[in-house]
Amino acid sequence: MAKKLMQGNEAVARGVYEAGGHVVSSYPGTPSTEITEFISKYDEIYSEWAPNEKVALEVACGAAIGGARAFTAMKHVGLNVAADPLFSMSYIGANGGLVIAVADDQGMHSSQDEQDSRHYARAAKVPMLEPTSSAECLSYIKLAFELSEQHDTPMFVRLSTRISHSHSIVETSERKETQVKDYTKNMQKNVTMPAMARLMHKRVEERLIKFADYAETSGINTVEMNETKIGIITAGVAYQYAKEALPNASFLKLGMTFPMPVNMIKDFAAKVDKLYVIEELEPIIELHCKANGINVIGKDLFPLCGEINANMIRKLILGENTELFTLDQTAPIRPPVLCPSCPHRPVFYLLNKLKMAVTGDIGCYTLGALPPLDSMDTCICMGGAITVLHGMEKARGPEFAKKSVCVIGDSTFMHSGMTGLVNMVYASTSSTVMILDNAITGMTGHQHNPTTGFTIKDKPAPQVDLAELCKALGVKNVVTVDPFDIKKLEEVIKTETAREELSVIIAKSPCALLKSRPPQPAVKTDNEKCVGCRMCMKIGCPAISMNDKKMNVDSTICTGCKLCIQICKLGAISV
Amino acid sequence: MKTTSIMLVGVGGQGTLLASKVLGNMLLESGYDVKVSEIHGMAQRGGSVVTYIRYGEKVDSPIVDEGHADYIIGFEQLEAYRWLPYLKKEGSLIANSQRINPMPVITGAAKYPENISKELSEKVKTYHEVNAIDMALSCGNSKAVNVVLLGVLAKTMNVDKEVWVNAIKNTVPAKVLDVNLKAFDMGYTA
Repeated sequence: MAKKLMQGNEAVARGVYEAGGHVVSSYPGTPSTEITEFISKYDEIYSEWAPNEKVALEVACGAAIGGARAFTAMKHVGLNVAADPLFSMSYIGANGGLVIAVADDQGMHSSQDEQDSRHYARAAKVPMLEPTSSAECLSYIKLAFELSEQHDTPMFVRLSTRISHSHSIVETSERKETQVKDYTKNMQKNVTMPAMARLMHKRVEERLIKFADYAETSGINTVEMNETKIGIITAGVAYQYAKEALPNASFLKLGMTFPMPVNMIKDFAAKVDKLYVIEELEPIIELHCKANGINVIGKDLFPLCGEINANMIRKLILGENTELFTLDQTAPIRPPVLCPSCPHRPVFYLLNKLKMAVTGDIGCYTLGALPPLDSMDTCICMGGAITVLHGMEKARGPEFAKKSVCVIGDSTFMHSGMTGLVNMVYASTSSTVMILDNAITGMTGHQHNPTTGFTIKDKPAPQVDLAELCKALGVKNVVTVDPFDIKKLEEVIKTETAREELSVIIAKSPCALLKSRPPQPAVKTDNEKCVGCRMCMKIGCPAISMNDKKMNVDSTICTGCKLCIQICKLGAISV
Repeated sequence: MKTTSIMLVGVGGQGTLLASKVLGNMLLESGYDVKVSEIHGMAQRGGSVVTYIRYGEKVDSPIVDEGHADYIIGFEQLEAYRWLPYLKKEGSLIANSQRINPMPVITGAAKYPENISKELSEKVKTYHEVNAIDMALSCGNSKAVNVVLLGVLAKTMNVDKEVWVNAIKNTVPAKVLDVNLKAFDMGYTA
């Protein structure tokens, strides 16, 4: 038993290891990414980066049907992508064991929405456990595998940004090897055709009755009696906030948020004067209580949007305010920016200059939407750049195609860009697709994908050639260009958007943070030549600012991409 | 024992994550219950970042609320300023004098606040400002700003220097260990 300070995600990975997990397939997504990265360090487990969450879950389904203990981790919006196999697999079961970790992002620290994954547990009828610390991340994953195998069901473990990315103390133990179970062909069980699925659905409902009983009796949900003036029902990280704010209150902590107990809540409610439900996002626990005739205070008091914290609880329940320092001046916001030497910067500089309409996608390059680059019109979901551009062109006509492009990263293109591109080929559109190939999955912190030529364990792998792939999909005009050659890039964008045929432009240059692209010496500036025209400010480089009406380069930030040298018409910047 | 709350605030890429790792390991070694909370993903790309470290006999919330931080270490001036409302009235503030312009200032859409040091030193009783970037550069690596600042914090906190040094040795990659130990010393004696 070793005591360690462990990130929630690392503890989840440790849980999969200790539970004797065999097969793991995931697609990266903040805040879930590190789970699978940590798993990849265990040689006892087969692990891979799949091109998207649907593929990942299906691989895990296959592994579970094949008798293995299988696992996948994803962020909340990833579960939307994986929803199709999820609902069917709930009917089929889990044979060897199937656990899905899903990490919500309350407060949208790095996401496009803050949907509540507990809805999926109910919708797909898949039981859901919810840890409140790293130690519980580890123990709940192990429990989830046991329950999965025992009740032949996939299991959810729901995380959140604050659970996934908080470190707390964990005691680890050894891995318990598990045998890969027998696989026997069984159409009745594994083929979801209507006749079989009708029977499967009945089995799912019977299974949930057993889990409802488990919720009452197993000890997964716990009561902590203290003073009885205030009673709190809570789960996940909200439990920690509530304990912080109300150390003297009584608690019913739900370790399982689907299905939830009824009698246990009724008993607890009877023992306290005032009963609150403290949960982030949707009123899931609250509605469960109210549906069962239990009077609770929940979203009348607490917000539906964003995170809860201890101060908020102190204020809303106890009426306590904290005395705060105030600032005499406004602190300007510091939004995230493209890194110094980022290969996306020249692309967005030009798209802005050429006044293109740009449908965007999910990744670092979404930052191209912010000023001064200011060159993105839409961002919806993974792969949405290509399809949205196609839809806009169908709405606005072929002339629109001449002044619009879509931008999508290499990993996002592999995730769900290809099908949209095939649709464009099939529909004979004349749009222009830009793939920003920076040789890595960037925003989530450098994971390999099918275009990088390496596996999750950094072993060489077959490498998908994006240009050849696009040609094979039926695109006739495929041009690869180095975005740091902005003259050439501008020419290519002009030619391809003017062309009355579908084109793909691959802007290919590695991520500035990759080891294969070491930082270069900072550029030098010549105050004599600089007239303060601010041209260089248009590229939105964090290293460049104006000082006494002259441009100034912070040499501790500049990594020498030389883009500004190409922009300056007066030769005021040099190497 | 009451829970103590520390916040490391800075600009994505300044090394707050490594600093919090050193701090977390040091506190674990010292026998405390510890929670460290950080943000990954989009904010790391040059945005305003914050890491929370809490320790004591038993820690509940992994994050620090406004008005509850015992220590704030600002890796950059504006960030030290921005997060001031999180400091307890009697809390300590350590700030790096380095200035990194945020994009709205670069584009001219907003102004970088003036005389931050003056305002902070007038408001906060225990205010300590250091030029951590120059110290880091003199140790041979501008990236060592984080460990310089840990050195400054170490002197304020009641923990043996040895425990800190061990935590650095156990956390920092071997090839940059010397630079970091030098940087820590420099902060400690600042």
